[in-house]
Amino acid sequence: MSSVTHDLFRRFRGNPETADAAPAAESGERLRRRSSGLAEFTRAIDEEQDLRILDLGSTSPTNIAYLTGLGHKVYNEDVLKEAQEPSLLVPAENGSPVPDADRFLGDNLVYAPATFDAILCWDTPDYLHEALVKPMVNRIHRILKPKGILLAFFHTRDAGPDAPYYRYHIVGEDALDLQPGARFRLQRVFNNRHIENLFRDFASIKFFLARDNVREVLVVR
Amino acid sequence: MEISRPSEGVRTEVAHIGKSVVVKGELSGSEDLYLDGEVEGSIELRQHHLTIGPHGKVRASVNARDVVVHGQVNGNVHGSERVELKKSAVLTGDIVTQRIVIEDGAVFKGSLETQREAPRPEPRHEAVETAAAGRASGGLTEAATVSGAAPEALVEQKK
Repeated sequence: MSSVTHDLFRRFRGNPETADAAPAAESGERLRRRSSGLAEFTRAIDEEQDLRILDLGSTSPTNIAYLTGLGHKVYNEDVLKEAQEPSLLVPAENGSPVPDADRFLGDNLVYAPATFDAILCWDTPDYLHEALVKPMVNRIHRILKPKGILLAFFHTRDAGPDAPYYRYHIVGEDALDLQPGARFRLQRVFNNRHIENLFRDFASIKFFLARDNVREVLVVR
Repeated sequence: MEISRPSEGVRTEVAHIGKSVVVKGELSGSEDLYLDGEVEGSIELRQHHLTIGPHGKVRASVNARDVVVHGQVNGNVHGSERVELKKSAVLTGDIVTQRIVIEDGAVFKGSLETQREAPRPEPRHEAVETAAAGRASGGLTEAATVSGAAPEALVEQKK
């Protein structure tokens, strides 16, 4: 890993002096955001009914209403919240606690292979502990049907270490409302190569660049 | 938080299980139930209304006409008419119902399937909305209503 990338990762691991910085959006105001990735995702799921769609974000009544309104069966698992469970922590080689991926996947994302037609990953990989990211993606690959789709967001390095965590609410075919959520800390920034490597077992990957600090990715199993 | 529950001295048709009560096994009945204790097993109230209070802890499958959850449920929930998760609700399990209302703040882990029922020969109500539960600290709260019924009857007028 280059020294520049290493420096970026170190920046995003957190600085105690900035740990209490309050993002501007903590007033609770929702931000509206147009999403090309979502547009393609909704176009795909609108072609059929009775699809099984998994939302990996926090429980969103809006998302549930939208997806069930299209005639689909919705599953919800807030993986970031579940990853905070203290019971998952085990000592690493250096003694510091890390979440146990096997325990995490023993309690979460437990489904038969090829269960889902589509998965909304949002930006959970950006906020998830490093020990869980690849195992979670491997599990997603297993539970997604062939030709199933996954929508994920990744912060660019312009986002900054204090990039606020948002809950994503689908309010239209290509529109999202961003609502400030829990105080999760951005763990890393993926570049395009990292993202390609993360999803290397999938059939295809499509990038959508946006004006803000988020890169959207639509992945096909 | 306002919760509709039977008060002492008032004759109602709602059975009440208090927060100190623990039940293991099958709980069934032919009246509405307000449950604020612990139940492990199954709850069968097919034609009736079940409210799980804020202290309620249910580790059971639930089958009722309407189910309103303020507390914790670990089990599958079948509400033949409606299931409502209040903002303090934590539900882990699968939900099958015609109409679902989820307040912002509720935690849900599982699957949700809305069933469509055959249309009934009764007047349709005016469409209503997503009810706002008010602004809570840190953000807006919302309740989204979803129905598996025909699009014209997606929502119902609150009385």
